[in-house]
Amino acid sequence: MDLRKDKKKDALCTAVALTGMLVVLLIMELTMKSTSILFTVLKKGVIYALVAVSMNLLNGFTGLFSLGQAGFMLIGAYTYSILSMPISVKMGESVYKYYDCAIGIELGIFPSLILAGVIAAVFAALIGLPVLRLKSDYLAIATLGFAEILRAFFQWDAMGPVTNGANVLRQYKDLTKVKIPFTNIPFPPTLFCFLVSGICIAIIVLLINSSYGRAFKAIRDDEIAAEAMGINLFKHKEMSFVISSFFAGISGAMLAMFQYTIQAAQFKTAMTYEILLIVVIGGIGSVTGSCIASFLFIACNEWWLRFLDESSNNILGLNILRSGFRKVVFSIIIMIIVLFFSKGIMGEREFSWARVRAFFRDPFGARSRKARKAAASEGGEP
Amino acid sequence: MSFLQNSLPYILAGISVGGQYALIAIGYTMVYGILRLINFAHGDVFMAAGMFMVFLSASLPLGVAVPLVLLLTVLLGFLIERAAYKPLRSAPRMSVMISAIGVSYLLQNCALYFTGGLAKVYPQLPWLSDTVTILGAVTKRVTLITPILTLVLVIGLSLFIRYTKVGMAMRAVSKDFETARLMGIKVNSVISTTFIIGSLLAAVGSLLYFTNYASVTPTSGGMPGLKCFVAAVFGGIGSIPGAVIGAFIIGICENIIKGLGWTTFSDAFTFALLIVILLVKPTGLFGEKATDKV
Repeated sequence: MDLRKDKKKDALCTAVALTGMLVVLLIMELTMKSTSILFTVLKKGVIYALVAVSMNLLNGFTGLFSLGQAGFMLIGAYTYSILSMPISVKMGESVYKYYDCAIGIELGIFPSLILAGVIAAVFAALIGLPVLRLKSDYLAIATLGFAEILRAFFQWDAMGPVTNGANVLRQYKDLTKVKIPFTNIPFPPTLFCFLVSGICIAIIVLLINSSYGRAFKAIRDDEIAAEAMGINLFKHKEMSFVISSFFAGISGAMLAMFQYTIQAAQFKTAMTYEILLIVVIGGIGSVTGSCIASFLFIACNEWWLRFLDESSNNILGLNILRSGFRKVVFSIIIMIIVLFFSKGIMGEREFSWARVRAFFRDPFGARSRKARKAAASEGGEP
Repeated sequence: MSFLQNSLPYILAGISVGGQYALIAIGYTMVYGILRLINFAHGDVFMAAGMFMVFLSASLPLGVAVPLVLLLTVLLGFLIERAAYKPLRSAPRMSVMISAIGVSYLLQNCALYFTGGLAKVYPQLPWLSDTVTILGAVTKRVTLITPILTLVLVIGLSLFIRYTKVGMAMRAVSKDFETARLMGIKVNSVISTTFIIGSLLAAVGSLLYFTNYASVTPTSGGMPGLKCFVAAVFGGIGSIPGAVIGAFIIGICENIIKGLGWTTFSDAFTFALLIVILLVKPTGLFGEKATDKV
């Protein structure tokens, strides 16, 4: 009974905290300049948080080491931008300069977003049929390969009427085109990103806590034992793969909205590596860890370490600080985390209110340490 | 005859690229054979060798620069193993692979920093870069030298692994890590030797490869690296002759595809081949069948 009460209280706390966060965000958006770097970091951070969580669902909760995330983001981004591009733009010369546009329909933002996920999921289902029979590193390299094939396919000239070949796609419905329903007032863009990502992440969390999620974890911990317990390995792996790709597709679509232009060349393996590093920094198998890490990663990458790139900040006349030094420092930090803190920020744990309360009752474990010491000095069992 | 004249340059280029891939693929296959690790950083070691050459040849004569490049690359490979893989020896395989990805990220970013993001022009190697004409096809001399040099190095390596004590130790470690350790083999030094050999061959491969391509960028190691890994898997990972044959097949097919005008798909083809191989014969051409114990 007490446990259920606690659970209810925790859920209430989470709801209040999340609503509070959204309200603060709304106030910030209404009062601050929209060009502030803070908003860029927040938007990109939350988009990466979604794809990191979707990768974590595969790598951390199902134990499938897949490196195909960039490919599914690519599908999502392209599906979104092609479907949401206004007909007048498609028929004009400004985007499809070298080709005649083959897809003559225009959809709203939400149908396009959802279809972006659906198409990515369909591709994942097809790719998963052969690939998911492979084990650990073979699976990694095969999914990586598929992502590369997808990229080549989207850049192919013969696909030009659909994808505009290797050229950029633009003038589709980006973040500034999002309106509050039934009005013509623009929706605050950062809030929109947070809402969409938040809903998607919430669905993933619900999935992880369901019986399917427990089956995924069982597969991760021991495939053979899971099979012996009656879990259909292939069905669950395929399901995890498809769902993860669905959300990767949506985050790809949001990245397209955020960037205003999209090009297949951007979705290289380096992108998958970045997402993987976010997952590792946050802790493999922790949703909150992935979210925190993606904000930290993006903030370091785009904002906090910027000063390292300014050659005017050099001291003692040394010419160390120049363009690119930020990335070197950043990758050294990442290596240190990978080597010495391999559990990441959160390990396999999640954020929990119980731990926060415990922290306030006993900051930094000082009191319990003292108690333990006292017990030890009395000669009792520790 | 006209068909031969049209397709010969592509086939020659294919054989040459195949030889260069073979030298890199050996590094992958040996490391995988011993550590069961896809060394994602190997392609970047190959790129780093190219960068060393660019920077060293700017100030030193080639006779000094080339040996120095080989030495530095070997040192780099050795240091990467000691710093990034050795501390994780008892960690799960996934952490080591992530560490490899981290090293790859680090090397690329360092290269980006030192080059300022610009493509660096690779120095002309006097004898190798000369053009020659065979059967009416014009090509660089390096195209002809590569397969010969590759074969010599591979035969040398095979003899080394077959007949020396160190080679025997390598085979023992790749068969069974724990038992080899119990038998008194210094596993760590064997692993270091593997990385040293792999890096040395990658450095030779990079000398040949970049002479053909004329410029080095921080990301120019990524694709060849992945392709060489595919070659290693194709030939049966852990098998040196397999890696060499796989590399030649991939190199030749890729260039034939380019010759047919499907350049966009030359990379994709490699991965399609990989996926087919993994599905049809997961152990590759010469791989040993591994059985899972329950």
